[in-house]
Amino acid sequence: MDKTRIWRLCRLPLLVWAALCVLLATTCFLAYVPMGRGNLPVSLCIAGLKAALIGAVFMRLREPNALNRLAASAGPIWLFIMFLLIGADYYTR
Amino acid sequence: MTASPFLRPPWDNLNRQHQAVSLGMWIFLVSEILLFAGLFAGYGVYRHLYPASFAKASAQTDIVFGTVNTAILMTSSLSIALAGGLARARLPRLAWYCLLATLVLGAAFLVVKGFEYREDIDKHLFPGPQFALGGTGPALFFSFYWIMTGVHAAHVSGGLAAIARLLIASRNEPAWLSGGGSEEATALYWHLVDVIWIVLYPLLYLNGRTHG
Repeated sequence: MDKTRIWRLCRLPLLVWAALCVLLATTCFLAYVPMGRGNLPVSLCIAGLKAALIGAVFMRLREPNALNRLAASAGPIWLFIMFLLIGADYYTR
Repeated sequence: MTASPFLRPPWDNLNRQHQAVSLGMWIFLVSEILLFAGLFAGYGVYRHLYPASFAKASAQTDIVFGTVNTAILMTSSLSIALAGGLARARLPRLAWYCLLATLVLGAAFLVVKGFEYREDIDKHLFPGPQFALGGTGPALFFSFYWIMTGVHAAHVSGGLAAIARLLIASRNEPAWLSGGGSEEATALYWHLVDVIWIVLYPLLYLNGRTHG
């Protein structure tokens, strides 16, 4: 079996996994650092970064497939609109 | 030209079939995101109304179990991504073992979650007459905790069933993994289950840790 070929196939997913582990350790550590109201937004931003890495590499959205990208973008777009409308009510009271 | 044994009607060729599988799966995943979005929105509204109670209640969840489970799911995402890459590169036997690793990791997630649930029940962290934390805010937080983690665990169980099906179907013919698109669809679903947990983790385990 060609080990070089296997390593080439596995290298990027392994790098992404390592980055995910570093981000997990970072978010866990930062949860104990007093940042006032900033703690949850920071941890959610890190979660968003982790989700983006998984989406781009593991779910192959970085590949040039416009249909899949269009379908996948519907989720975040509708989420944004929903949270915007809910926020416009509750967070401005 | 001989038709591939993995080709299903109404598709003319495997490329189109794969395209249809991934597009159909993405549309399904977006509907799944919107299912969880309702829970996230409810959580956001009640956290806004009861910020101190949510922080206090969140500090009662077991961050060790939560962190270990996050690491397990992220690793399972890696193994199923490797399975897909290896299957596409015509290395089906290695891909099969990566899928098996995903199944084991997914089962490990549920086992850890089971231990955590037992600890939560022992600590009376289930809203009701014997709820350990008084007040509306903590009860609301733990209602979200049980519903969100319960719905997520149901998704993990569904994903495990799909992975087990792949393993059984490709046991005698590993090349089947790269054939019709089932592996790709299952992997996309499994990654979404991981992504949802990654968002649940800060909401349920990290909030309120600075309050000691």
